[in-house]
Amino acid sequence: MSPSPSGLAFAEASLLARARRRLLGDGLARACAALLAVVALACLLGPFVTGHPYDRLYYDYPGVPPSLALYPKPEAVGPALDRLALRMRVRAEDVAVTGEAVRLTLASDRPIDDRVLTFFSRSDTFGEARLLGRSEDGRRLTVEAPLRALRFLAGTDALGRDLLTRTLTAGRLSLALGLMATAVALGIGVVYGALAGTLGGRVDAAMMRLVDILYSLPFVFFVIMLVVFFGRSVALIFVAVGAVEWLDMARIVRAEAQAIRRRDYVRAAEALGLSTGAILRRHVVPNLLGPVVAFAALMVPRVILLESFLSFLGLGVQEPATSWGVLIADGARSLETAPWMLIVPASFLVASLLALTLLGERLRDALDVRG
Amino acid sequence: MTLLQLRGLTVRYPEAGVTALDGLDLDLARGETLALVGESGSGKSQVALAILGLLPSPARVSGSVRFDGTELTALDRPALDRIRGARIGLVFQEPMTALDPLFTIGHQIALPLRAHQGMGRRQAAARARELLDLVGIRDAAARLSAYPHELSGGERQRVMIAMALAGEPDLLIADEPTTALDVTVQAQILALLADLKRRLGLALLFITHDLRLVRRIADRTAVLRAGRLVETGPTGALFRNPRAPETRDLLAAEPAGRKAPVAAEAPVVLEARGVSVGYPGRRRLLRAEPPRLAVCGIDLTLRAGQTIGVVGESGSGKSSLGRALIRLEPAAHGLVRFEDRDLTALDRAALRPLRRGFQPVFQDPMGSLSPRLTAGEIVAEGLRVHAPHLAAAERDARAAEAFAEVRLDPSWRHRFPHAFSGGQRQRIAIARAMILRPRLVVLDEPTSALDRTVQRDIVALLRDLQAAHGLAYLFISHDLAVVRALADTVLVLRAGREVERGPTDAVLARPREAYTRDLVAAADLDGGLAQA
Amino acid sequence: MIPYVLRRLAQAVPTLFIVVTLSFFLVRLAPGGPFDLERPLPAAAMENLRRVYGLDQPLLVQYGRYLAALARGDLGPSFSVRDLSVAELFARGLPVSMTLGGLALLVSLVLGTLLGGLSALRRGSALDHAVTTLGTFALTVPGFVVAPLLQIAFGLTLHWLPVGGWDDGSPKNLVLPVVTLALPQVAVVARLFRAGLVEVFDRPHWRTLRALGLPPRTLALHGLRGAALPVVSYLGPAAAGLLTGSVVVETVFGLPGVGRYFVDGAINRDYTLVLGTVVLIAVFVLVLNLLSDLACALIDPRLRDFG
Repeated sequence: MSPSPSGLAFAEASLLARARRRLLGDGLARACAALLAVVALACLLGPFVTGHPYDRLYYDYPGVPPSLALYPKPEAVGPALDRLALRMRVRAEDVAVTGEAVRLTLASDRPIDDRVLTFFSRSDTFGEARLLGRSEDGRRLTVEAPLRALRFLAGTDALGRDLLTRTLTAGRLSLALGLMATAVALGIGVVYGALAGTLGGRVDAAMMRLVDILYSLPFVFFVIMLVVFFGRSVALIFVAVGAVEWLDMARIVRAEAQAIRRRDYVRAAEALGLSTGAILRRHVVPNLLGPVVAFAALMVPRVILLESFLSFLGLGVQEPATSWGVLIADGARSLETAPWMLIVPASFLVASLLALTLLGERLRDALDVRG
Repeated sequence: MTLLQLRGLTVRYPEAGVTALDGLDLDLARGETLALVGESGSGKSQVALAILGLLPSPARVSGSVRFDGTELTALDRPALDRIRGARIGLVFQEPMTALDPLFTIGHQIALPLRAHQGMGRRQAAARARELLDLVGIRDAAARLSAYPHELSGGERQRVMIAMALAGEPDLLIADEPTTALDVTVQAQILALLADLKRRLGLALLFITHDLRLVRRIADRTAVLRAGRLVETGPTGALFRNPRAPETRDLLAAEPAGRKAPVAAEAPVVLEARGVSVGYPGRRRLLRAEPPRLAVCGIDLTLRAGQTIGVVGESGSGKSSLGRALIRLEPAAHGLVRFEDRDLTALDRAALRPLRRGFQPVFQDPMGSLSPRLTAGEIVAEGLRVHAPHLAAAERDARAAEAFAEVRLDPSWRHRFPHAFSGGQRQRIAIARAMILRPRLVVLDEPTSALDRTVQRDIVALLRDLQAAHGLAYLFISHDLAVVRALADTVLVLRAGREVERGPTDAVLARPREAYTRDLVAAADLDGGLAQA
Repeated sequence: MIPYVLRRLAQAVPTLFIVVTLSFFLVRLAPGGPFDLERPLPAAAMENLRRVYGLDQPLLVQYGRYLAALARGDLGPSFSVRDLSVAELFARGLPVSMTLGGLALLVSLVLGTLLGGLSALRRGSALDHAVTTLGTFALTVPGFVVAPLLQIAFGLTLHWLPVGGWDDGSPKNLVLPVVTLALPQVAVVARLFRAGLVEVFDRPHWRTLRALGLPPRTLALHGLRGAALPVVSYLGPAAAGLLTGSVVVETVFGLPGVGRYFVDGAINRDYTLVLGTVVLIAVFVLVLNLLSDLACALIDPRLRDFG
């Protein structure tokens, strides 16, 4: 048996190194990882870049469809000015719209206070107005106000909030919740399963009986009850999701731990005189790592799904905080008038779930010892 | 008259870049028995599958397979199906898994009867019963409604043979039909095959890795290595006068030689009194089953440089005994002294420093090496416990020495277990034990999963290590040929109890107990090399 | 086998007991009550209501009464839907949910085995890859996204099917909800069945059968029975999945099923309705698990050790 050069590299690679190489060699896995990185970065940094606070209501632009166009549109400037003038109790005269600004004269029967100009900057259409001139009697002000240049790439919702910003902000919550709840479920499940698998005997039987009972409960309904009756806080969603997901983890870890403990290499380690702790550390845990990592990777999308399921039912995250499930629920309610409100957050959710799932499956295959 | 004719049969796996069979020519006459012998990887099982067109889909077959004048490789599936099971019967190695676990024996034997002989349900059932009688299954009528998992390994293999015979074939292909069976069962199946062949006038293509079986059953023998036919000829002539070096290698692979006797005053390493291993019975709803004793009251005295061979069939408790003696078996009772220490009185922690004195080597060389550690780390692991003062570099240097001692290239110690062959892995497992300089090594079937030629090398290695270090061995095996080559004393176990014990040559030459006689007869020790 | 069934049912009693106890106290410990309306009721009326429904008793007494009633099969009156008992509400909602769930299960079994079988027979083909890829999609895209998308496509754009409503279970109204419910289950069944068949094909006994030159019909029988096991043992989890899905589907499509009762009941603090739903669902899942285990034993003799 004389290994070829490439065979030699293979021979000297650890299982994890081989898994990494296999993953990197897999185009789909790379694409999924890239997509996830893009989504995560967008959610993290995007809200600073879009130029809209996620909770800002643009009263002038409710239900704007997605487009690259700049707002306000030229034909919308006149009506907007009229509305504004009405609120300032003046008349707008000699309106001249240039590319980026509007010049006009405000007229009234009484002298006009300069402070009305703040109405401009408070509107969604104009920026801060500059006073160019004032008539002798103070009844006419010549004013120049820049037009705001707003873009709503993904449109706005029924209240005029920028959908892209909201979706990205929601993504932060969904992704963070997914990761953290997975970590919680992972922690509980691994400790519980490893304890049961290692202690064995009656303790194990009792511990697993409990898991079996919990397993046969319609758990999603418990989660719903929990959330409904004890208010809708993010912390509670956390507890609820973790409570559902740790069961699977515990079962897997226990089964694996037991199988590993029966292996001859653990017996050999015992015969070498390794302490129980050392056997756990050097043999059980490293060999457990593969299945646990793979399972945890697949748990993240499930957790995100569960959270958005709860939020969709109106039982999850509460306004003004938002998550993809909340946005999708909103979108489902305004299907006929604003389908993009469903499509934008849904495509973010679906893309993330798909990428996470595919990546998790590839990871599981790559970590498979038999493969 | 030629029944089966292979010409230039070639099987390639283009994707894997492997040529499993390379231009094989073989002839088999009606009523003849041809043995096809080769080690694992020689391509011998591919022959059986290629003849019947059962190779997996990535395989590419070329060359000719003529059966009774028909070119099988040119047939479409329905035409092939009229030959499979009807004119050619096939018996596979895995008696545990070769039957569909979801259907009764009767149903499965009836399948070929109904497909090829057009029998109705009732007629097929009656014939199935006759067939079970024919292959020597007792109480055939009741067995028809049994499921495969309710049968023993030997019975399942008989059922397989009954199924293969159901279509009244002209040719029976048996692919390692006895490999997974205990020796006594093996002998019964071989006798059955020989008997059936004579009574039914079958031609038999017998595929095996075990030369000793061939000698007893085959008219002619063909030796296969790496997909090529290296030698073929009448069995007797081939054994007496092997021409190809590969054949000579295979013949010489029978472990030969005897163990040099031990001085009577050699110090006692291990002393065991009344060792038993009991598992508690399963708890049922109302009653508890009585505890099952895997090992029952065994006494042993093992001296430095001595080897005791523990022999028995599966379920005889020999592995449990081995584990009990080095305190790896929690359910063990009885007294065990190692050198001057009473092991039974010690708890796990107190036992740990003593463990370097007695080490095990297990059967499955893959399962006994952790896939996450390099071979070097595995070998050096014991030093972490017993020589904690050693720096990592010193441990590594010791591991390299241990590699050299078991005749492995020390530079390979940075590889992971999956990159080694079975024999090399077993050497790693031996090195892991030897690095601690133990006085006693418990070898639990260390050669059973290996090919004969590899076995021979491992036996030689074990012998040299014993001579160099004055080791005491407890050698557990079902293989009498290996035991004879290694052991001073044989201990025969059956169902956890001692059947017979004595000097190796005496017990194997003149067994006193009937059970031992069966074992020895089945092993056919001197049928092979000793006469040649 | 009958003792086994009885023992399994007996084992289910403690599980149910835990479910009921946990739910009961969870519901009662929560702030708020069933009669907290936006405009508070006069104190006297409130007292009256609480007395009528037995809410003035100590909690443990209420718990005991509930258990006693439950043992008789009485789920109590609904708090939010006046004049109706929980049982009567179920009598209205169950047919809806059962129709949906049953149809979805049927669709997923038929379509799933078909797709899984085809892709196992053509392993590695374009069809196989397509089924696997589409399966991943169906499994990951959540029902609450699929349902509105279907509404847009078939309801609002094409006008082929109604966007929601029950309409006495007219087939047109059933299509979209059943498709939504069945989609992920089809994917799971297809995966399981494909994996089951592939495993059978790789087993030595399959080679034995092929070496016997048996007709395709016989081979199909053996393949089907071997691959049915994972699918049948999935029935229990499938039921749970359908129940969860039905909450979404009944909400989105505005169907008067049990899943919606549950959500509405929870929001309205309808104690008995919530508890009743939980009991109903728990019983349902337990029974389906038992049935699935029995079916597995029917298929595989090695599982028939009922001891």
